[in-house]
Amino acid sequence: MSFDINEYYSRLSGGDVLMAFKGSISSELISNVLEVVESRLDEYDESSKIRKKVYNVLVESLQNLYHHIEVLPEGMQKEFDDKFGILVVSRQDEKYKISTGNFITQDKVDVLRNKIDKINSMSREELKDMYKFILNHQRLSEKGGGGLGLVDIARKTGNQLEYTFERYDDLYYFFNLDVYVEIAM
Amino acid sequence: MEALSIEGTAKTPSVKFDGHEGVIEIKGRSIPENSIEFYKPLVEWLEEYSGTPLDLTQVNVQLEYFNTSSSKCILDVFKKLEAIHKGKSEVIINWYYEEDDEDMLEAGEDYESIIRVPFKMIEIVE
Repeated sequence: MSFDINEYYSRLSGGDVLMAFKGSISSELISNVLEVVESRLDEYDESSKIRKKVYNVLVESLQNLYHHIEVLPEGMQKEFDDKFGILVVSRQDEKYKISTGNFITQDKVDVLRNKIDKINSMSREELKDMYKFILNHQRLSEKGGGGLGLVDIARKTGNQLEYTFERYDDLYYFFNLDVYVEIAM
Repeated sequence: MEALSIEGTAKTPSVKFDGHEGVIEIKGRSIPENSIEFYKPLVEWLEEYSGTPLDLTQVNVQLEYFNTSSSKCILDVFKKLEAIHKGKSEVIINWYYEEDDEDMLEAGEDYESIIRVPFKMIEIVE
């Protein structure tokens, strides 16, 4: 049986949700989400340090989706928007959780998995060096992505990037990424 | 040369490049999805300014947020400034960060370690 995205989405939407969205990830959507989450963070009266961390991680997570999302084949567009992605921002216990999900083609799974495993294995100093190396040596892609997003998220949160790849059909997997920002930092 | 002045938006910073005063300012948020487009005129302006720079160029960078797409373009701006500094003209980069914003301080230190221009880290205390 293939992965049930709606079930997964409703599972994410438990707890204290600041923002939940599934659909097409556009530049306008990103602006709207940022505005809503920013005002929700104000309501929580969070320290500016944590507010900024959550906001930064959210920007990178959304823009990762925006830059890397697959345009789905027509057969899937009946069920999903063509730039389909999921975003849920919630607060649970003493942390904020930012979850994103998107389809990726099967051939990209290993590269992405290896990249995240490598980031997760690195110390703070190693992440800093990796960030500076990519910053100084790699060009921006035409779409504007820089390959720095995940490294930046890992550096700013100091936490492991938690992920799953769920098989959807012969061609597609659904990639889920959970990022945590601890409030007592 | 003509000054470069751009109003800030929710996703892009305000920009004031003044060749007569030798003061260059970038302030606000820099989080566009594609930053190349936004930063192109800034790099071009600096290219022209580098022909006849003042003896001292003061650079004020006061960003609340910037994304990783912008981080590379900001480096391009700093590389232009580094070229000016290598000539006879002096350049100082004032990197402002809000109190407790260690991430922004660290971002400034990252640039400082890559770019051969003197940086001054300035904490904004509310």
